[in-house]
Amino acid sequence: MIQKMGDGLGERVGVFVCECGMNISDTVDVEAVREFAETLPGVVHASVNKYTCSEPGQQQIKETIREKNLDRIVVAACTPRMHEPTFRACAEEAGLNPYLVEMANIREHCSWVHTKEKAAATEKAKDLVRMAVARGRYLEPQTEMESPVIRRALVVGGGVAGIQASLDLADSGIDVVLVEKQSTLGGVMAQLDKTFPTMDCPT
Amino acid sequence: MADVARHPRIELHTLATVEAASGSVGNFKVKIRQKPRYVDVDACTACGDCAKVCPVLLPNEFEAGLMTKRAIHQLFPQAVPAAYVIDMDHCLGTNPIACGKCAEACGVHCIDYDDQEKVFEVEVGTIIVATGQDVMDPTPFEEYGYTRYENVLTSLEFERLISPLGPTLGHLIKLSDRTLPKTVAFIQCVGSRCDDGRGKPYCSNICCMNTIKDSLLIRDHWPDVEVKIFYIDIRAFGKGFEDMYKRSKAAGAKYIRGIPGEVMEDPETKELILHVENGDTGRLEEHRAEMVILSVGMEAPADMRKLQTILNLQKTPDGFYLEAHPKLLPVDAATKGVFFAGTAEGPKDVKDSVTQASAAAARALRLMAEGKVHIPAITSTIDEDLCKFCEVCAKACPYGAITVDRKTKKPAVVAEAACAGCGTCGAECATGAITMKHFTDEQIIAQVDAMLADRPEEKIVVFACNWCSYAGGDFAGVSRLQYPPTMRLVRTMCSGRVDKKFVLHAFAKGAPVVLVSGCHYVDCHYIDANRWTQKRVERLWDQLERKGIRPERLQLEWISSAEGAKFQTVMEAIEKIRRTVTPEEIEHTKKVLEKNLLEVPILV
Ligand SMILES: Cc1cc2nc3c(=O)[nH]c(=O)nc-3n(C[C@H](O)[C@H](O)[C@H](O)COP(=O)(O)OP(=O)(O)OC[C@H]3O[C@@H](n4cnc5c(N)ncnc54)[C@H](O)[C@@H]3O)c2cc1C
Ligand code: SF4
Repeated sequence: MIQKMGDGLGERVGVFVCECGMNISDTVDVEAVREFAETLPGVVHASVNKYTCSEPGQQQIKETIREKNLDRIVVAACTPRMHEPTFRACAEEAGLNPYLVEMANIREHCSWVHTKEKAAATEKAKDLVRMAVARGRYLEPQTEMESPVIRRALVVGGGVAGIQASLDLADSGIDVVLVEKQSTLGGVMAQLDKTFPTMDCPT
Repeated sequence: MADVARHPRIELHTLATVEAASGSVGNFKVKIRQKPRYVDVDACTACGDCAKVCPVLLPNEFEAGLMTKRAIHQLFPQAVPAAYVIDMDHCLGTNPIACGKCAEACGVHCIDYDDQEKVFEVEVGTIIVATGQDVMDPTPFEEYGYTRYENVLTSLEFERLISPLGPTLGHLIKLSDRTLPKTVAFIQCVGSRCDDGRGKPYCSNICCMNTIKDSLLIRDHWPDVEVKIFYIDIRAFGKGFEDMYKRSKAAGAKYIRGIPGEVMEDPETKELILHVENGDTGRLEEHRAEMVILSVGMEAPADMRKLQTILNLQKTPDGFYLEAHPKLLPVDAATKGVFFAGTAEGPKDVKDSVTQASAAAARALRLMAEGKVHIPAITSTIDEDLCKFCEVCAKACPYGAITVDRKTKKPAVVAEAACAGCGTCGAECATGAITMKHFTDEQIIAQVDAMLADRPEEKIVVFACNWCSYAGGDFAGVSRLQYPPTMRLVRTMCSGRVDKKFVLHAFAKGAPVVLVSGCHYVDCHYIDANRWTQKRVERLWDQLERKGIRPERLQLEWISSAEGAKFQTVMEAIEKIRRTVTPEEIEHTKKVLEKNLLEVPILV
């Protein structure tokens, strides 16, 4: 069985197709992709931009979110590993939860790797947008939470490593509980006469 | 060492170990068990009057058994804390005919035979594990005659022997007759680089340099003593190490490439005879020495398991602790908020131990200085009503972030601060009780459905993990590597998220080929979550075969973020497989897997 989450399926999706200068539009017919996007269920806006990540590109997204009251956005551009944070921040500024952003990677995974197959690349880009819209409609707002960290550390083992870590922390103002199973600190190093490479006494 | 005892911010507990722990990063509650010392640490002046009257003699482990200690003792003069301790297993004090001599002798009355074990709890934000190493025991290597021949010692025993504070006050002597040896031979790699089961397969990292150090000390203090070193190869890789090696040779130490097959003793003279095949000349040689030092390596402490279980830590096959990522998170444990320092993580010398300790302190400080941890949004959540307490999720989680209790039927609970968001638990849970935020079943299936809505027979469904395979595809793109336009990628954070049902659903929808791809084994960004991927795909192959579906139609590939070229090759190979899949085959599969079709409202 599959898990369903929430019920707020996206009904007002905005799709932003990027030309990336000519990086995408040289291979992919972006206008055809835009037209196709408009036909997808839940999509209320689809537009093309030369550089979606640029300041004017982001501005346009923000304005469209507000004007058309978008509840999800899909950016068909480069890899999310590059600009997902950019578009999440952009959505957030326009009042949309950053996790309601989905990207379709039509550059690294499409225009750049099928340069000689323009028609097939355009079909693939359409699929990638369709997939992003389908997934995008199911996205849920998420919140990043915080939890407090106690400013005290436990160090287990009082050999040279445990000693160094304890002193570094304690000198930085952190309280340290150091636990050693023997009756004395020191570990193996305390047993050594001189140590390489400097031949000095360890203790 | 003394700085620790003096530091106002350090609370030192000796004779103490970790007993239990709960909580997660930022707020661990750790139970500590401390054995009784029978001596008040603060009152004891370490004058030693007690030990002078103690009638019990025991071998002193600190002196590698070469010296004795009393039942009440201090292991060595600079011990920290500077206080005596009673070994109650051997003390006569509590026996019926009580001894009680030390208490009488103690001027400050710091001895208390009724001292009790203490168990107490501490609350901490981070934990540094610096539990170190054990020095290997060479007894299984009977051919070297350790313990049979008096003049065969380990390198650690030799350390004590030549220490000015050790049993002979630093005089180099043979234990058989207390005279200076004419020749000292070192045998390297005893217990290390050993594949026959008696030792460990890895290099212990420090023993070559330790022997080089000892050779210099001997040639410097006792220029008449000859030094012979039997070795496989010398590993002098650190800063200043090669220079030391050269100095040792210049000082007259003889290096002989080859490990003696056996050490024999002349029973009369106690001289030791070593037979070796010299690797440089290929000749069998006989060497004589009056003392043989076995250069023993390090191994993971024998009692490591307890702490490992308590803190849910992983080990490498070597037995040492496993770091969260071998390159990018070298001092982090998989358990968030826990860090490794020193030889607990692997054999290393003092410099590397200290470096790592400072790194671990900095990593821990990073969390504590900010005073809060960010809990990422992408974590798993549990539907308590659907949980059947099977514990599969708890086993699958590489971070130990999930607790379930089968016996008391307590549903699974996710410690969100500890969850890293790989989604493996969600894929393993058979009851649908787990939802992976931002990578829900619905979201993923909607993507698959959208991809396969038109002409599915022309598409290849690729599940790609965010960190490696998807990134490998990006790299192929950046490098403009061309490949067939048939594949469509579905991104998950980890391949561990790829549920069996996603794959079956894709086939039921008419996909000709499905590829599951993730990071190479050791590179998994979620410790070892991709091992679950592998097991799952293997089970799927069996299942497909049983249903008369060609298992080749499901592919599994490990592709790293740097392997754009491999991404291209894999895509080309898979396209070839796709071309072999006939329409009849696809129809057959759709029919056989009809029951595996999942319902998500059609959006396409
Ligand atoms: C023969 C020999 C010669 C060497 N010579 C050199 C040299 O010349 N130069 C050099 O740089 N390095 C040398 N080394 C390596 C050096 O000893 C190590 O790098 C160093 O001791 C590592 O320190 P550590 O703190 O990681 O571990 P350890 O010294 O092993 O300390 C670990 C401590 O943790 C304690 N402990 C363990 N488990 C627990 C637990 N569960 N709870 C509480 N406490 C626990 C132990 O009692 C111990 O005190 C040598 C090693 C050997 C064996
Ligand atoms: S450091 Fe040298 S002696 Fe030690 S295991 Fe490695 S090669 Fe052998």
